[in-house]
Amino acid sequence: MSMELLEKTGIPTDDMIRSAFPPVERINRGRVAVAECYQNIPCNPCQSSCGFSAITVGEDINNTPKVTFDKCVGCGACLTKCPGLAIMLVDGRNEDCIEFSIPYELLPLPEVGETVDALDRSGEYVTEAEVTQVLNQKGFDRTPIVRFRVPREHLYTVRNIRLRRGS
Amino acid sequence: MIKTELLIIGAGPAGLCAAISAAEAGTEVLVVERSPRIGGQLIKQTHMFFGSERQYASTRGIDIAGILMDKLTKYGDRVRILTETTVLGIYEDGMVTALHREDDYFKIRPNAIVVATGASEKALAFPNNDLPGIYGAGAVQTLMNVYGVKPGDRVLMVGAGNIGLIVSYQLMQAGVEVAAILDAAPKIGGYLVHAAKVRRMGVPIMTSHTVKAAMGKDSLEQVVICMVDDRFRPIEGTEQTIDCDVCCISVGLTPLGELLAMAGCEMKYIPQLSGTVPMRNADYQTTVPNIFAAGDVTGIEEASSAMVEGYLAGLCAAKHTGHTHTEYENKRADYIAQLSQLRGGPVGKRILDGIAQQLN
Repeated sequence: MSMELLEKTGIPTDDMIRSAFPPVERINRGRVAVAECYQNIPCNPCQSSCGFSAITVGEDINNTPKVTFDKCVGCGACLTKCPGLAIMLVDGRNEDCIEFSIPYELLPLPEVGETVDALDRSGEYVTEAEVTQVLNQKGFDRTPIVRFRVPREHLYTVRNIRLRRGS
Repeated sequence: MIKTELLIIGAGPAGLCAAISAAEAGTEVLVVERSPRIGGQLIKQTHMFFGSERQYASTRGIDIAGILMDKLTKYGDRVRILTETTVLGIYEDGMVTALHREDDYFKIRPNAIVVATGASEKALAFPNNDLPGIYGAGAVQTLMNVYGVKPGDRVLMVGAGNIGLIVSYQLMQAGVEVAAILDAAPKIGGYLVHAAKVRRMGVPIMTSHTVKAAMGKDSLEQVVICMVDDRFRPIEGTEQTIDCDVCCISVGLTPLGELLAMAGCEMKYIPQLSGTVPMRNADYQTTVPNIFAAGDVTGIEEASSAMVEGYLAGLCAAKHTGHTHTEYENKRADYIAQLSQLRGGPVGKRILDGIAQQLN
């Protein structure tokens, strides 16, 4: 797996992205974590935040995390604990679309039902998204989670949202 | 004159942890900090820390300052903190001079010292780099996150290390547009998760690019950038002009070791540690036996390492003043293990190369 593009531009390659994703059958069963953490850096809160032992970094905290998709229940505890905001949830229970859950630290927060722009990993517009839920519990420590739906074909391309209201 | 068992210079992550560690061992501690607030750079770090739970991973820097302060207040009268106080010199006879605010000069006589003065930002030379609107990235982070001042409307960030990437993200959180992030190196120096985070917000990260010149009448209006070759020489014909009213320089930090040099500690220029650093042993003791050092002044690293270095230096300095912690051996081994864990990956390799030249 070549790190070159990511190291030059901040954008991972398609191969890298797919290697972080669970099999489609697992996605279709419901929310599951995708950890896009490809570099060996000293960090392990994803592992310590998981109550289901579904994320393993191991003894050496410089290892990259490995998600055991069958243990992951999609609770999203790791989303707000990852200092790199590198983890999201994907949910393919609805056969037409994918629901993403991403950590979103910008104000204003979107509202449920709002139509927003779905962006790819370079910040380019991909498609329209509908916000389905906004979570901002105290325990999230100011890292809210936004859930939104996009057509299923964008599973591997969408990674962010942008509000349409002028900021 | 103030007498104290242990003087700690600097109340950033390293200094605060040194104070906690020494006070826990029973040492009477005086912490001197030049800013009005304690916490050093922590007070503007609105992002979550990396590392493990032991180094407060996932906690925001601004909150870590509070956590450390709460730990310190537990020791009551054993710890004194003087803010707005700058140490001016450490003399041959061990006397330290300090200035509180504008004109209150006084002396401190410590039995031992932990120097935790941190680092300063490096500058970058290019035509018109003195135009208003050109800042160090740290200064912009202070303006925004400590004082709530928006530095401008459209920023060009120079440097794709962790500070450049994090400050870019925080600028966007403050509603400021980031035009691009440049770095002369062919690769992004900061954590790639930070890079990916700003890139997916639409900010181009332009590696192998540098600033050629700044332009503007009364303040910054435009920056001319260009590509560089593998020896960092500008490539003719690759110039682009970027409209911006702020340009942040984030090309690295350099240790603030002047007090150590003045005190007679043996110093050495070690590129991997980003500047001139004190020679030290495994206990963070310098070549002057009663002077210890911790944090960025010993070599530029993440704040997580600075905190652990502080705990270790404070523990060892306490022992030097006659207060050996009951768990000294265990604690020392634990701090050393935490540091080697933090430096265990590819990012830490360069630091370890530097430390190999620094240990005596």
